[in-house]
Amino acid sequence: MLKYILKRFLIMLVTLWVIISLTFILMVSIPGSPFNSDQSSNETIRANLEAHYNLDQPYHIQYFLYLKSIATFDFGPSIKQPNQSVNDLLSRGFPISFELGILTIIVAVISGIILGILAALRHNGVIDYLAMGIAVLGISIPNFILATLLIQQVAVTWGLLPTATWSSPAHMILPIAALATGPMAIIARLTRSTMLEVLTQDYIKMAKAKGLSPWKIVFKHALRNALMPVITIMGTLLAGILTGTFVIEQIFAIPGMGKYFVESINQRDYPVIMGTTVFYSAFLIIMLFLVDIAYGIIDPRIKFHRKGGE
Amino acid sequence: MEKILEVTNLQVTFTTYGGTVKAVRGVDFHLNKGETLAIVGESGCGKSVTSNAIMRLIPNPPGKITAGSIVFKGKDLAKYSEKRMRSIRGVDISMIFQDPMTALNPTLTIGTQLMEGLISHHGVSSKEAKKKAIEMMDLVGISNPEERLKQYPHQFSGGMRQRIVIAIALICEPDLLIADEPTTALDVTIQAQILELFEKIQAATGVSIILITHDLGVVAKIADRIAVMYAGKIIETGTKREIFYKPQHPYTQGLLNSVPRLDLKGEKLIPIDGTPPDLFSPPAGCPFTARCPFAMEVCDKVYPASKELTESHQVNCWLQDERAKQLLTAVPLSK
Amino acid sequence: MKATKDGKAMHSPSQIPDEWFKWKEKDEGAAEIVSRPSLSYWKDAWRRLLKNKLAMLGLVFLVILAIMAIFGPILSPYEVNQQDLPNQYQPPSEEHWFGTDNAGRDVFTRTWYGARISLFVGLMAALIDVTIGIIWGGISGYKGGRTDNVMMRIIEILYGLPYLLVVILLLVVLGPSLSTIIIALTVTGWVGMARIVRGQVLQIKNYEFVLASKSFGTRSSRIIRKNLLPNTMGPIIVQMTLTVPSAIFAEAFLSFIGLGIQSPFASWGVMANDSLGAILSGNWWTLFFPAFFISFTMFAFNVLGDGLQDALDPKLRK
Ligand SMILES: Nc1ncnc2c1ncn2[C@@H]1O[C@H](COP(=O)(O)OP(=O)(O)O)[C@@H](O)[C@H]1O
Ligand code: SF4
Ligand SMILES: [Mg+2]
Repeated sequence: MLKYILKRFLIMLVTLWVIISLTFILMVSIPGSPFNSDQSSNETIRANLEAHYNLDQPYHIQYFLYLKSIATFDFGPSIKQPNQSVNDLLSRGFPISFELGILTIIVAVISGIILGILAALRHNGVIDYLAMGIAVLGISIPNFILATLLIQQVAVTWGLLPTATWSSPAHMILPIAALATGPMAIIARLTRSTMLEVLTQDYIKMAKAKGLSPWKIVFKHALRNALMPVITIMGTLLAGILTGTFVIEQIFAIPGMGKYFVESINQRDYPVIMGTTVFYSAFLIIMLFLVDIAYGIIDPRIKFHRKGGE
Repeated sequence: MEKILEVTNLQVTFTTYGGTVKAVRGVDFHLNKGETLAIVGESGCGKSVTSNAIMRLIPNPPGKITAGSIVFKGKDLAKYSEKRMRSIRGVDISMIFQDPMTALNPTLTIGTQLMEGLISHHGVSSKEAKKKAIEMMDLVGISNPEERLKQYPHQFSGGMRQRIVIAIALICEPDLLIADEPTTALDVTIQAQILELFEKIQAATGVSIILITHDLGVVAKIADRIAVMYAGKIIETGTKREIFYKPQHPYTQGLLNSVPRLDLKGEKLIPIDGTPPDLFSPPAGCPFTARCPFAMEVCDKVYPASKELTESHQVNCWLQDERAKQLLTAVPLSK
Repeated sequence: MKATKDGKAMHSPSQIPDEWFKWKEKDEGAAEIVSRPSLSYWKDAWRRLLKNKLAMLGLVFLVILAIMAIFGPILSPYEVNQQDLPNQYQPPSEEHWFGTDNAGRDVFTRTWYGARISLFVGLMAALIDVTIGIIWGGISGYKGGRTDNVMMRIIEILYGLPYLLVVILLLVVLGPSLSTIIIALTVTGWVGMARIVRGQVLQIKNYEFVLASKSFGTRSSRIIRKNLLPNTMGPIIVQMTLTVPSAIFAEAFLSFIGLGIQSPFASWGVMANDSLGAILSGNWWTLFFPAFFISFTMFAFNVLGDGLQDALDPKLRK
């Protein structure tokens, strides 16, 4: 088990290093970026940049100092707004994005699992077709389109919920719904298919032969095993939700990090783009690592293989 | 002798896309208290379906018990509600499955899986359940039970897992144990150990056993009586002695010829040619006709009635008819 | 003389005529194992796919879409970027079947242009993925040992990179255009395909009949064509089918965050993004058509991919 964690940890470090180095290489190679020209007229910004990126130094020194600054959680300044750093933006925007993301995951996981179980237990029944119909639509309709549809119908036409901002629970419903539907659909389909497979396993038959109640069989014996694959795709889902926040925050005018990020893309505010990308990548890569470890802990077989094998 | 189980005219079908599979087509047998009945037959002949039907574990859909009665201790299980049936399963009747590698839940500890039946049926405290679990582990021959209860299935070998499965089946002290090919997936040496364990358990608890197998070698060791099954029907029943030394049905004879036997050293093993009939549209007559060396015109047309040779020995074969016996003596056996 | 339904005898032996008691003529081969004439793998898979109504719906939609992407713009009298400001936001009518947008451009014409771009991006991404994936996964799986180890480590690292973030980063640097979007989508996109190919290659290596054919000197190209390729192509085809919608989604997503394909092209993503404001003022058609086609195309590829998976999976073959 320890060996497994160590191996995953090393891979995580290398992945982090790759993405950080990539941003550096891209930054110094962008034609017309602040690093290669004097377009930025503002003196403060110029000074900030030079101070942060050590532009007077040779590239390899720049690179090392860049690695160091990231290791100390300093993601650099902005070139469009003086006295504004990526860290400022993050401390303002990330908590909101994080809230949106966490709520979305909770909603997606709970509803997806419930939908998947219902579909599997009523295999080929009406509920199954209904649930899988919803799931296929959920996978096919991009979140930004769903978001606009929801605004159009629920907020504008019916006037049930507010359209924009992040100021009350009512404001949160539509963005979360728009963002959670896709992951929910994926989880529902996965839960259903693994659940169907698990239900044919001998140990389920054995549990039935013990005279256990259907409730116990489903929740104690089947669900545990059916949810293993769901854990493995959590990393991918997380990445999808995170990038989803970019568009959802833009559409719903939510003042989160995603909105700032998209603004920085539109303004070609390179240091903010790079800093945010590094921050988000690191966040995701660490999450991926944690998911891997969680999987190792939850599935007893992995523990054993790592201990017994190798 | 007291009958603990009597199955009469049991019929089970499966509705599939390809048509209706008549997996069990009118099976009759009984089991006396404390004895071991072996049900023997080629793979696919309906043994598992029969045993699942007794437990009322036929998945519906696609399966259905279309006729018959399953009288257990005087009550017809075929008429039980699912809820009532649940109080029978694991408590009065237990079941052991073929593959111990897949019969245990990989994500739960052995202890949990051992104790849960006891706890849910008898509502005992987990401390009592644990005591009983350790007792059972001892009975099935697993050393260091206290420690091993905390382990997961993958930490045990196949033979050990099958012992655990047996312990799980016995923990509520059932009257009837159905073992569906309990040794098929195991190595030969381990097979012998598991069979010995069955004998030991029967001696200790007096449990009645239905032993399902396709291997007559397994039967020779521990069965009291044997029922031979073919294409969804039982075609010959008798004591172990009768089946091994006076087999009457050509299929039973064929089975015996295809099994290595200690008492007939040096004889050639003759496998039975051909395959069993399609159960989508089983023949109206004797299902063995296409493979039977003694097949007569009548066999194709009409299913032979059961003939009682002794009180314990019954066979369904037209060769028992007087006219067939004349035919046998008239034509020297060239077959 | 009838047997009951379950074949139980309903007559006593005495009712049976004596002449039935004679040996049955053995019809030769009756007891032989009748082997089912094995359809070829592809025919079999195709037959199963035809039975899958949802997958067929997807396939038919995609065929029609492809035809319209080619001929749609020809059917229309308007140019794709032909502006007509006085006729801005015309609802669907006889002149403009799908209405007009904020610049008075014909949505019908632009929709089929969008189909060209979306399908092109999706198919190119899938094609490049599969090419790199087959080369990388093939070498990795075939060589095995040290090479495999190193190549797999690289894949593991790339797999950990957040896909869309890398794409965004590359596009910021390269500048968004049709070719750079395709490049960005495939820079790390091929990794999933390489994994699958490697798995399939390893499976091939393990197949006993490969060894058997070697020792018996059967022409191995025939064996590979007949037995191996069908079994290994299945998962690769399915993966390709599922790459297309994710590329189409990515393209639309990029349009939304300002990294979309620049004019004069009109991708569905750009069209939808341009219409975001319009929908609030009631001009639903400007969003509806691109949104519908993005969603339905993704739907079609998804159900087709699912259908192919079921149809091609040899494990389910009975
Ligand atoms: N769930 C099912 N669906 C369809 N057919 C089934 C099902 N279970 C069993 N059968 C059919 O019933 C017949 C008997 O199977 P089984 O009892 O498992 O044979 P065995 O004697 O080897 O245990 C087989 O022909 C099989 O195809
Ligand atoms: S009934 Fe006829 S076919 Fe069947 S076993 Fe007896 S002799 Fe053979
Ligand atoms: Mg069986």
